[in-house]
Amino acid sequence: MSLPPPDLLPGEAAALAARTTARAADEGIAQIVYARVDSPVGRLVAVATPRGLARIAYELENGGLDSILDDVALKLSPAIVEAPARLDPVRRELEEYFEGRREDFDVALDWSLTTGFRRRVLQQCARIPFGATSTYKEMAIAAGSPRAFRAAGGALGSNPIPIIVPCHRVLATGGGLGGYTGGLERKRQLLSIEDVTSTGGRRLRRS
Amino acid sequence: MPAARLPPFQRFLDTHRDDVLRFLIASIGRHDADDAFQETFLAALRAYPRLTPDSNLRGWVLTIAHRKALDVHRARRRNPLPVPDIQERPAQPAGDGPADHWERVRALPPRQREVLTLRYAADLTHAEIARALGCSEEAARRAAADGLKTLRKELRDVPATP
Repeated sequence: MSLPPPDLLPGEAAALAARTTARAADEGIAQIVYARVDSPVGRLVAVATPRGLARIAYELENGGLDSILDDVALKLSPAIVEAPARLDPVRRELEEYFEGRREDFDVALDWSLTTGFRRRVLQQCARIPFGATSTYKEMAIAAGSPRAFRAAGGALGSNPIPIIVPCHRVLATGGGLGGYTGGLERKRQLLSIEDVTSTGGRRLRRS
Repeated sequence: MPAARLPPFQRFLDTHRDDVLRFLIASIGRHDADDAFQETFLAALRAYPRLTPDSNLRGWVLTIAHRKALDVHRARRRNPLPVPDIQERPAQPAGDGPADHWERVRALPPRQREVLTLRYAADLTHAEIARALGCSEEAARRAAADGLKTLRKELRDVPATP
């Protein structure tokens, strides 16, 4: 004889799962939460720990959501759930930035996806103000290793929190655009939001 | 770092949520399944970072669901409802729909109920069921056979298969 399993209503399990993950996030059972965030520079995946925002990833450039979460699971913890409400402050600040209503981000950052020299470079980069630019060489000097400008470029290329840690504001010493983790077109887009309109071999400042 | 190759919990949840919910509805009914589902996955999440990556994740989460269902059955024995569960869901056909089978399974002796819900609602093998219940595979098979025998007597309209 056979016992057919109970039928599920459409969307029933998905809705219950969403309620469960919201609870896991609220009650601090999930160590890591993530959400997808739409933006003018493409879809982003934002990942946060109890300490703060640990990752902003360009979804397509990083192999898609699965690959981004696999990487975070490997480096931090597999206790990851989707919790869009928990990332609302990040979503709101990004929205304001892209609409030209925000120059500085207030969300707390968790630097645990980067270490050592790379972290020092990125923390220096985080101090470059809106509308200003710097160079790989200046970043290397600021991080305490004046000759390591190539490594500084590598550090910025590995930025786990682009846009909010503004590695797009770092240009090549000769005035070229340099590289960018999300592709050069995005770097141009971000610089144009900040009114940095060309890269003519000098440091460009707004106003 | 053995936990490193576990899938992110969200993917594990998305993969197994339907099986867990079907099992819980069969085992304790839809009304209590909501809470038990959340308790199951919250307990799984708490333990998840310490899990070894080669674990049978499906068997593991259904074992947790089984324990949550057992809590509900125990609570019901302590505080029996004045009305039978079937009256909570007047929309269900009162005749021979699948839901009615599970009402009857819930009335079987505990071990038979456990084996039949894990086997037919969650689709675990007898070996996985034996691990979940901490009994021998033979005992699981015997309980399934006994349970089906009782059901066959009650449900003359369900044809027997070898």
